[in-house]
Amino acid sequence: MVAKRIIPCLDVADGRVVKGVKFVGLRDAGDPVELACRYSASGADELVFLDIAASHQGRATLVELVRRTAEAVTIPFTVGGGISSVEGITALLRAGADKVSLNSSAVRDPQLVARGAERFGCQCIVVAIDARARADGGWDVFVKGGRENTGLDAVAWARQVVGLGAGEILLTSMDGDGTQAGYHLALTRAVAEAVDVPVIASGGAGCIDHIAQALDDGPLGGKAAAALLASLLHDGVLTVEQIKADLLGRGLNVRPLEAFA
Amino acid sequence: MGTLPATGLTMASPTPLRIGLIDYGMGNLHSVQRAFERLGAEVVAVHGAADTADCRALVLPGVGAFDPAMERLHRSGLVPVIADWCAAGQPLLGICLGLQLLFEASDEGQAAGLGLLQGRVRALPRSPGHPVPHMGWAPLLPAEPSPLLPGGTPASWVYFVHSYAAEPSDPACTTARVDFAGSPVTAAVWQGSIAACQFHPEKSSGTGEAMLRRWLDWLAAERLSP
Repeated sequence: MVAKRIIPCLDVADGRVVKGVKFVGLRDAGDPVELACRYSASGADELVFLDIAASHQGRATLVELVRRTAEAVTIPFTVGGGISSVEGITALLRAGADKVSLNSSAVRDPQLVARGAERFGCQCIVVAIDARARADGGWDVFVKGGRENTGLDAVAWARQVVGLGAGEILLTSMDGDGTQAGYHLALTRAVAEAVDVPVIASGGAGCIDHIAQALDDGPLGGKAAAALLASLLHDGVLTVEQIKADLLGRGLNVRPLEAFA
Repeated sequence: MGTLPATGLTMASPTPLRIGLIDYGMGNLHSVQRAFERLGAEVVAVHGAADTADCRALVLPGVGAFDPAMERLHRSGLVPVIADWCAAGQPLLGICLGLQLLFEASDEGQAAGLGLLQGRVRALPRSPGHPVPHMGWAPLLPAEPSPLLPGGTPASWVYFVHSYAAEPSDPACTTARVDFAGSPVTAAVWQGSIAACQFHPEKSSGTGEAMLRRWLDWLAAERLSP
């Protein structure tokens, strides 16, 4: 069994980290590459960069950022935000990204998932799903940063994109995002049980218990393969080292810290 | 292409080791190149026999499918270059698809492999709860000790992305396995001067770096010994 993963997520715009990151002794708190190296050294299993500006002129900057990251970082990383064509996917993978994450563009053009997977393999194609609870107990897929309800059902949409070739689902609970009240376990579990690819839980982590719950494969757990973390790490509330040590102590299958780092 | 100064991480040698990175258009060579450069090696791209001059070793990387990779190696004239290189007992490191291409054939395609190692590449078994591709971090199960993984190496967690695994005819060439769906499959091989990893050492953090360093140290030691 591959290990459950801890994945720091960095929001970037124009080649810079958007939210401040509190790391001791950082030369440049806004440099995504320096932060990526710090997270890698502290035991992160992968990294996600989300380009939240995703402007046309920012594309070249993003590709350059990916290139610099690939030169410096020795763990896999995913890039998402504003990718809407096979050419866009190609540019980022060629620059050294291991995976790309598609969100609104997959809703607009589901065949983009298929074309990307056909060309580069499903292991490169992540589909990000932003979901919000419906009154009837299901979840709707939102795009455009949560402003637009697509009317798609999150679980059905996850099944559809995996059928098209998505190798991973990055699942964000819009209800939980920023609340630090815990991952949305029912949503995470529903999607994880519906697809046979890894699900990355995102949105709502406030403490290590929440992470353990999301990764728990038991009947009440989230059954996620990975937990995405942002402010909890960036604000210095927890470190990846602390999280890993704690999860190992609970008997979860996570990659231990390297002895010689 | 910049070369970092030798840092003393590899064994002292008068000049940096020159590594030839076989460039046949399959996958991104950037990460592999930088991983070696960080360890003080000099990396040159190999497109043909002339590029291998002065190389201490070759690296065969690769991401993608078996048949297109063999087709590209044939089309670029690199198959005899690699065969001659290995026939002369010179060192080569295969990575990921680069490991699979060293064998005779693969379940993934019809093409003959390079046949430098005896055996066949098999599809990973389909098993509920064990998605293919096998993607993520997993600990190596040590087999025959080798310069990549000498006996006594602490638990090595490395990063895998693969759907196929080699079955060497000679089990003694397997230096590490990894558990997949309850049964061990080949993760790394070593035979003569040929080494190969199914996982990505260049994406395996400090553990992968340590492994590449051991391979460079072995190259340096081999060069110094008569």
